[in-house]
Amino acid sequence: MADIADSERAARPAPRRLGGGWGRRLVVGVPTLWLALFFLLPFFIVLRISVLEMDGAQFTALFGRDADGQWQFNAHLQSYALLLQDSLYLSTYGSSLLYAAVTTLVCLLIGYPFAYFMARAAASLQPLLLMGVMLPFWTSFLLRVYAWKGLLDTQTGWVGTVLVDLGVDRVLYALGFIPAPGQLMYSPFSLVLGMVYTYLPFMVLPLYGTLSKMDLRLLEAAQDLGATAWQAFWRITVPLSRSGIVAGAMLVFIPCVGEYVIPELLGGPETLMIGRVLWDEFFANNDWPVASAVAVVMVLLILVPLVLLNKSQSGEGARA
Amino acid sequence: MSTSTQDRAFLRIESVTKDFGGFRAVDQVSLDVARGEIFALLGSSGCGKSTLLRMLAGFETPTAGRVLLDGVDLAGRPPYERPVNMMFQSYALFPHLSVWDNVAFGLRRDGLPKAEVAERVDAMLKLVQMTDFARRKPHQLSGGQQQRVALARSLAKRPQLLLLDEPLGALDKKLREETQIELVNIIRRIGVTCVMVTHDQEEAMMMASRIAVMSQGRFLQIGAPHEVYENPATRFVADFIGNVNLMDGTVDGAAEIRCADVVHRLAEAPAVAQGQPVTVAVRPEKIRLDVQAPSGDRNQVKGVVTAFSYFGDHTVYHLELPSGARLKANLENERRQGEQAFAQGDVVWASWQPGAQVVLTE
Repeated sequence: MADIADSERAARPAPRRLGGGWGRRLVVGVPTLWLALFFLLPFFIVLRISVLEMDGAQFTALFGRDADGQWQFNAHLQSYALLLQDSLYLSTYGSSLLYAAVTTLVCLLIGYPFAYFMARAAASLQPLLLMGVMLPFWTSFLLRVYAWKGLLDTQTGWVGTVLVDLGVDRVLYALGFIPAPGQLMYSPFSLVLGMVYTYLPFMVLPLYGTLSKMDLRLLEAAQDLGATAWQAFWRITVPLSRSGIVAGAMLVFIPCVGEYVIPELLGGPETLMIGRVLWDEFFANNDWPVASAVAVVMVLLILVPLVLLNKSQSGEGARA
Repeated sequence: MSTSTQDRAFLRIESVTKDFGGFRAVDQVSLDVARGEIFALLGSSGCGKSTLLRMLAGFETPTAGRVLLDGVDLAGRPPYERPVNMMFQSYALFPHLSVWDNVAFGLRRDGLPKAEVAERVDAMLKLVQMTDFARRKPHQLSGGQQQRVALARSLAKRPQLLLLDEPLGALDKKLREETQIELVNIIRRIGVTCVMVTHDQEEAMMMASRIAVMSQGRFLQIGAPHEVYENPATRFVADFIGNVNLMDGTVDGAAEIRCADVVHRLAEAPAVAQGQPVTVAVRPEKIRLDVQAPSGDRNQVKGVVTAFSYFGDHTVYHLELPSGARLKANLENERRQGEQAFAQGDVVWASWQPGAQVVLTE
């Protein structure tokens, strides 16, 4: 029987490979074109501006003829040199990465148990819980962030008054997260709170995806082999949800680094983030080359770890 | 309890019941399994065999009754504190761990020193001939190799009781036969007491020393494979294990049963009252087919061949008897021949020895 099945398989023509065909080219081509038009092209425009100089209200030309009529390539790197010389930029990059990292960590700590219990809840309840996670998207992001201003007000906002009544503000002050007891707004605390609040669903959804797909018999197997529920969680559940953790962390970390609106509304003088610097360079200083250089470095700052991660994951994929 | 009784009842299941809400999955079953025995729970899906196995592993708690292992009541002990290991259906190997780490998982949970873990994992991998694959991940293995790793993992902790949940269910037919023998050899060499669950009667008969046939949460019959096959206790068991011809009749005379098409002469008088309705069961391989009426004291009936199924090594002929009843007979294909011994529409005599039938009252 087995032999017959084998020879049948051999005789059957191999299924047509999903190569060639116009349909396939279209499906791959549209997103490629999209990325080329709306990411790559603008990126090169910004890159070009970043190596130019301001000549009054005009940019200097990248290519030009000198007095002898020879073609010249006029790339200037002083915008980048400025980024290195002025400690404002470096420290702002640093604090952006720090706030993004802290936000990601807090999102993971809140989001993991959240996603875990969602994935283990009764199957009939799960769509409802999923709905709950996505419900905030139905209201404008700007309004929701703005609402925190009112909520965190220690005189009138109920969250603020409750936190002060509980003495949480004194703890936060001791930890250096707020400038003074009784002032929750315009602080690292309110900034991170706002970013965690906004980006939590982006952590929960991929985690829920991997956790709900997990084969629960693996946990039984672990228990059967002597693992307590807690050991089974750390040895089996967490490693198997790695891809969800990585995806969630990326989805939170990357937009947080360049976040402009939340620091603007909820942050204070100490919480200068690179998005704000970018805005100021473009629209307050009108120094487009420096602004462009700031943007280019920010993209690279995010892109490099992303590429490395991608590489390690595809390596893992080849082995796994 | 004396040592010999403890050996005979190494695993003792005492009127165990399991209810899920209003549904009774396991209904007051009792069973003794001897030390070193391979015991099979056989039944179709939903008969309660898996629930019983899960109660032995500690994943389910009996609603009533007790489970004793080597004289110790297992009640209240979670799975990770039982000297019981299970080989899961389709294996449940940890996909993110290598073969070696899968086998080492249980030993590490026990906090054994590193050197001893390594020694025992290596010995286990050698036992199942998977030493060369120690660094592989489970998805890089074939089904048969995964099965061997799962076996090594469940034996690594030297459990007192090994549970096998459909051990060969995920393998294709040819591989299943080879693996069966290998699996039994390993279990016997280790000497571990083993309870397996299967819906495949061939698997149960080939591997187990005793079988319990289960239906609707109860044991219908417990016995050695040949007992269950040759002396089924009920119509259900006769029908569930192997193929069988069932004929309704009544006891008539000392050792005769009158059915619609044939009067069965028995080798000895059945322990059944005169005139009582019974069922006579005859296995197809016990029936011979002839063109002429056979001589001697063989039970015989004339029928018409309505169909046949060719299996290579044997052919199953379907006969229609005068009353319209059907009869299946297996004919071994002893000789190479171009065509079948009988064709559709042939009139043939089916006959069998007086001792070939089983008389069933239930």
